[in-house]
Amino acid sequence: MDIWKLSAVELGKKIKEKEVTVSEALEAALLQIEEKEADYNCYITVDRAAARERAQKVQKRIDSGELTSALAGVPVAVKDNMCTQGLLTTCGSKMLENFVPTYSAEAVNRLEAAGAVIIGKTNMDEFAMGSTTETSAYGATKNPWKKEHVPGGSSGGSAAAVAAGECFFALGSDTGGSIRQPASFCGIVGMKPTYGTVSRYGLIAYGSSLDQIGPMSRDVTDCAVILETIAGCDKKDSTSIDRKALSMNDSGWTGMDFSAALREDVRGMRIGIPRDYFTDGLDDEVKASVLGAAKTFEECGARVEEFDLSFVDYAVPAYYTIAAAEASSNLERFDGVKYGYRTAGYEDLHSMYRKTRSEGFGTEVKRRIMLGSFVLSSGYYDAYYLKALRVKALIKKAFDRAFETYDLILAPTAPTAAPRLGSSLSDPIQMYLSDVYTISVNLAGLPGITVPCGMTQAGLPVGVQLIGNCFMEKKLIQAAYTYERAAGKFPVPSERRGAK
Amino acid sequence: MANVICDETMESVAILAKLALSEEEKEQARKDMERMLDYIDKLNELDTTDVEPMSHVFPVSNCFREDIVSNGDGSASLMANAPEKRENQLVVPKTI
Amino acid sequence: MSRQYETVIGLEVHVELATKTKIFCGCSTSFGGAPNTHTCPVCTGMPGSLPVLNRQVVEYAMAVGIAANCEITRCLKFDRKNYFYPDNPQNYQISQLYLPICRNGYVEIETPEGIKQVRIHEIHMEEDAGKLVHDDWSDTSLVDYNRSGVPLIEIVSEPDMRSAQEVIAYLEKLRLLIQYLGASDCKLQEGSMRADVNLSVREAGAEAYGTRTEMKNLNSFRAITRAIEGESARQIELLESGRSVVQETRKWDDGKEMSYAMRSKEDAQDYRYFPDPDLVPVIISEAWIEKVRASQPEFRTEKMERYKKEYGIPDYDIGILTQSKHMADLFEETVAICPLPKKVSNWLMVETMRLLKEKNMDAQDIRYSAGNLAKLIQMVEDKEINGTIAKEVFEVMFEQDTDPEIYVEEHGLKTVTDENALNRAVEDVIAANPQTVEEYRNGKEKVLGFLVGQTMKVMKGQADPALVNRLLKEKLS
Repeated sequence: MDIWKLSAVELGKKIKEKEVTVSEALEAALLQIEEKEADYNCYITVDRAAARERAQKVQKRIDSGELTSALAGVPVAVKDNMCTQGLLTTCGSKMLENFVPTYSAEAVNRLEAAGAVIIGKTNMDEFAMGSTTETSAYGATKNPWKKEHVPGGSSGGSAAAVAAGECFFALGSDTGGSIRQPASFCGIVGMKPTYGTVSRYGLIAYGSSLDQIGPMSRDVTDCAVILETIAGCDKKDSTSIDRKALSMNDSGWTGMDFSAALREDVRGMRIGIPRDYFTDGLDDEVKASVLGAAKTFEECGARVEEFDLSFVDYAVPAYYTIAAAEASSNLERFDGVKYGYRTAGYEDLHSMYRKTRSEGFGTEVKRRIMLGSFVLSSGYYDAYYLKALRVKALIKKAFDRAFETYDLILAPTAPTAAPRLGSSLSDPIQMYLSDVYTISVNLAGLPGITVPCGMTQAGLPVGVQLIGNCFMEKKLIQAAYTYERAAGKFPVPSERRGAK
Repeated sequence: MANVICDETMESVAILAKLALSEEEKEQARKDMERMLDYIDKLNELDTTDVEPMSHVFPVSNCFREDIVSNGDGSASLMANAPEKRENQLVVPKTI
Repeated sequence: MSRQYETVIGLEVHVELATKTKIFCGCSTSFGGAPNTHTCPVCTGMPGSLPVLNRQVVEYAMAVGIAANCEITRCLKFDRKNYFYPDNPQNYQISQLYLPICRNGYVEIETPEGIKQVRIHEIHMEEDAGKLVHDDWSDTSLVDYNRSGVPLIEIVSEPDMRSAQEVIAYLEKLRLLIQYLGASDCKLQEGSMRADVNLSVREAGAEAYGTRTEMKNLNSFRAITRAIEGESARQIELLESGRSVVQETRKWDDGKEMSYAMRSKEDAQDYRYFPDPDLVPVIISEAWIEKVRASQPEFRTEKMERYKKEYGIPDYDIGILTQSKHMADLFEETVAICPLPKKVSNWLMVETMRLLKEKNMDAQDIRYSAGNLAKLIQMVEDKEINGTIAKEVFEVMFEQDTDPEIYVEEHGLKTVTDENALNRAVEDVIAANPQTVEEYRNGKEKVLGFLVGQTMKVMKGQADPALVNRLLKEKLS
């Protein structure tokens, strides 16, 4: 048995049934790391000793019957923008090259309470600003399907680690597509839950009104179980939503028993395809794969039709205005006073601030901080920031209208498969445009999931995205699960390579 | 409509953002920002006269904590990552 | 000066609220902790930490707003005010710009010309900054975040005041309102009440306002008065010499009695306010406002009227007793146990005020309890101790809230009622002072005082002077 090829839930079951020990599971992942890290660079930090120690402890608690969760004993990788107590948390930046949090993010706490074993922290675009994981201060991550290509971003390290078998599942964060886009580039499942579903406490903020933590996994079943583990109202996050308190007449769809939605049934579901998503910018191969997926849904009994979503072209500029504005404020705390990098030479307080930040932040981060400071500055606030918030309201309204008719929206996750390394950063706007299908979901606070749906001729995965109305994760999971069963399980990279 | 950002604006934004950019970086930043603003200007195609700015996407309100002391001494935690410290305090260049 | 000028003043008053915890985290707000001991990830700006609003802050802010006749905003938000400074751990302060909790209120002040309204533009909630201690020797500053995140309200007045006297009257009025509400102790010296003064001058009779300056760092009524007088003179001088006033922030140096401009290239005054995405809006219902309104205490004016009716004590006493809510409460509680209002009032007005002044304390710092004061008064009434001893006991009680009965017992201070002992003492004094006795018998009655004093001395003060008086008279007649 190749342990490392198991899904998280399969592994959890085998651990529970004593077919595999927690240590064996961990060593299996560590071995993959040993063999592949030099090639892929998925991790910024791997803490073998702590993981081994924790594996022992978790094993004892499983043996004593104390830990019964589906994820008990399963090794997990965490994106490096989530605080982990006692474990270096860099956010992909030199600014936090030495930051060891004294507390853990709520999502991390929930994973650990369920008995998952943290292996390490995954690579990412610096402060989650990027779509390729190339803006990391710790080197680019490579796509396990093709090393010359990016894994996507910003959660590229998490996506690549899951795809390469260097962990059994991972946490990512998604501000404008940072879970879904790399998941689609790496041929795995990734989900951004409804805003407020997973606590943001301990997630180092990029765009606070857009950021959500979510699962990155090998299949839809894992995705549902992981989400069930990390979701829930948290009193430490004011924007976290108490779904139980919401009185929703929804015949159970808005519940948080996500694994209950792992059912093969899309009969009668109405799925809308935004006509305005299938325009010039979309790669033909990607288009064919996504429409192929739509056909599968139809064959499974869903009613699929095209419609006009509208405002599609305005999502990217609105998003970059809002995200940059929030980021410029969120990143003010990195100043060399309390933690992280401090410049070596300075004359006074302000030169300390300016040199620390100029040396500590990379180009893309500085670009967005400058833009964000500008759009909030006096004289421009109304014209840019408020304007973007008004457009955000229009975009939300467009989705509200769509969900009056449709249960789900089906769309590409990204306009192309993974680009080659080094081909994206030179033209920022072109890079931003590649987020066109994921970004509006964050602006509207909606849940979105990506599931692999095909391969390009060049051998790169393509993902199909399903978007649900707010709190409708169960509908997404049920549809994604149905599709996954109908389409057959997606291969993992090395198997595919082996077949050639 | 092409945006043009003058030197003065670039410098004042750099002060707000607390960044020290070299001349070269400043030029690049200016170009990037001008292009980005040109792109963002696309939003002006939309008439948003009667649209309320949406800062919070869901109508969630009134998230409170009660006035009960729940935290103890956090000084060790704060000092754990401090670049420079003295007597349980952070040290910064003199502020006056 | 040929022309007549009028000074126009508006105030921004910051008040630290009396909550137990900070505005956005569960850290204690108590004073006197060692540096950084009242901190957590939230109030030190740790990455990933998030604020959660303290409900009590909203209630206190509403209570002050209602007392100051404000409109309460039904849907309010918090905004971030962005500026870099080490006492501000996130480098943004969570405050309110766009939708403050209270608007359009007023308070009434007494001026020589009669009652005057000072309008309140708005009241908003925000977090306090940490403390910086400067170390000249090493050219560094040390940062302590114990005060970081302590809740503040900022009360912004309209430019309705015309003199330092009006400003002081306004501040006194706010202080009383807020103290009566229990929303803050409002101590200027300790910084729990701070005032920034916006001041401009204009020619008498002019309609338009002049250019204003803002003065910070005013921590006493005296400093405020002097700063207003100094700044208004400075501005008039500028105008008289044909120059103009620059709109700027100035820092008042009370030692040097002058203000100077606080300016720096790095202080680009552009705070880039925007709604804080980490906090959700607060919706205030009619019912909530009514609940807070219903729990408003009796304020000073009502209290003064009631005291007059209920206790029949002089207006002068009432004025002093109601100057502080704590004093008034102490008065009422004491009278409830020991129904001698004038006696109680005397102890508060005379001895208590004397000691407060001597020790440079505020009325709200009084530590002794109503129960102990009542006991002390009762002991004097029952002639268990005399007035002199009572004052001595009171001083101890003032310091430590000592139980006067126990103290008197332990120190053997009770008045000696044993007539035999007293008789012996009187006889001894008569025997020891034949000359004085002679003078008395020759009609020089005032020397009796001396003999009483001598007897009290023998009795170590523990006698009833009236009784001593009577016994002496009896024996000498």
